[in-house]
Amino acid sequence: MSEATVKKIMYVNRKAPYGTIYALESLEVVLIAAAFDQDVSLVFMDDGVYQLKKGHQTKGIETKNFQPTYRALDDYDVNKLYVEKEALEARGLSEEDMCVPVEVLSAAEIGKLMEQQDVLLSF
Amino acid sequence: MSSIEVNGKSYETDEEGYLVNLAEWDEDIGKVLAQGENIDMTPSHWEVVNFLRDYYNEFQIAPAVRVLTKAIGKKLGPDKGNSQYLYELFPYGPAKQACKIAGLPKPTGCI
Amino acid sequence: MLHIVNKSPLERNTLDSCLAAAQPGAALLLIEDGVYAATRGNRAEGKLRAAAQRLDIYVLAPDLDARGMGQSLAEGIKTTDYAGFVELVTKHKNCQSWL
Repeated sequence: MSEATVKKIMYVNRKAPYGTIYALESLEVVLIAAAFDQDVSLVFMDDGVYQLKKGHQTKGIETKNFQPTYRALDDYDVNKLYVEKEALEARGLSEEDMCVPVEVLSAAEIGKLMEQQDVLLSF
Repeated sequence: MSSIEVNGKSYETDEEGYLVNLAEWDEDIGKVLAQGENIDMTPSHWEVVNFLRDYYNEFQIAPAVRVLTKAIGKKLGPDKGNSQYLYELFPYGPAKQACKIAGLPKPTGCI
Repeated sequence: MLHIVNKSPLERNTLDSCLAAAQPGAALLLIEDGVYAATRGNRAEGKLRAAAQRLDIYVLAPDLDARGMGQSLAEGIKTTDYAGFVELVTKHKNCQSWL
């Protein structure tokens, strides 16, 4: 695919994982769209940071645990994952609590990255 | 809902022939699913099928064909991690057919 | 770029999240329950008016009217209609909906 057709696409994840279907839907869209070889990044803001909180155990709620799938993102060449610093702090979390390697950025820094995108998809 | 018959027991499949409950899978079911795809299972076929099951257990997804090819190359070497090799084993799509035989859902990102 | 907020500031944190990320010069459009932030006496009025110093803020008038708030718009906040909504979307490079 030529450089000219590569778009910058950012997925904005702001919801906690199991209370609603947003987190899982976002992940599936990311995996499917990865076939198109675009410049993809994922950001996790607000309660979205809970999606990456290590150690999900979903047996008791009889729901599929999709956390292991975040570790497959690298195989799909999706490796720009940004997590909002203020969101981590407000939830008593830190970078070490994340289940995959991420870059921690302030909300304003994430806002600057948003400005550079061709497409933003909100979940 | 359709189903397949293996050793006198019936197992539910979806409308495309994928096993509904992947926990039910065993090699005999794999063999019957392979017959449905007109594939004679050899050790090379089983190697890919078992790779897919391991991948699913680790990541909870059936990988897209591009990802499967790359991941197999990493684990089993470049002579196996290429689409020619995989398409010779599974002519109608390595991810699709091997996933079906492995009792996994249709690969995520398979369009 | 254009930011869109559609939730009440007293029910959700979307307005705060948006204001924390939005860069100076960006546009913000309040629609649906998001319009309450731009009404006089709402707890969010102050921060919205402060944000109006650095952001280009609009409120969707039909949503304001539907909620009986047509006469309660905070000072200095602009309204727009559906045609204006479309124009805002087309004239900006990209758009983030703070769901």
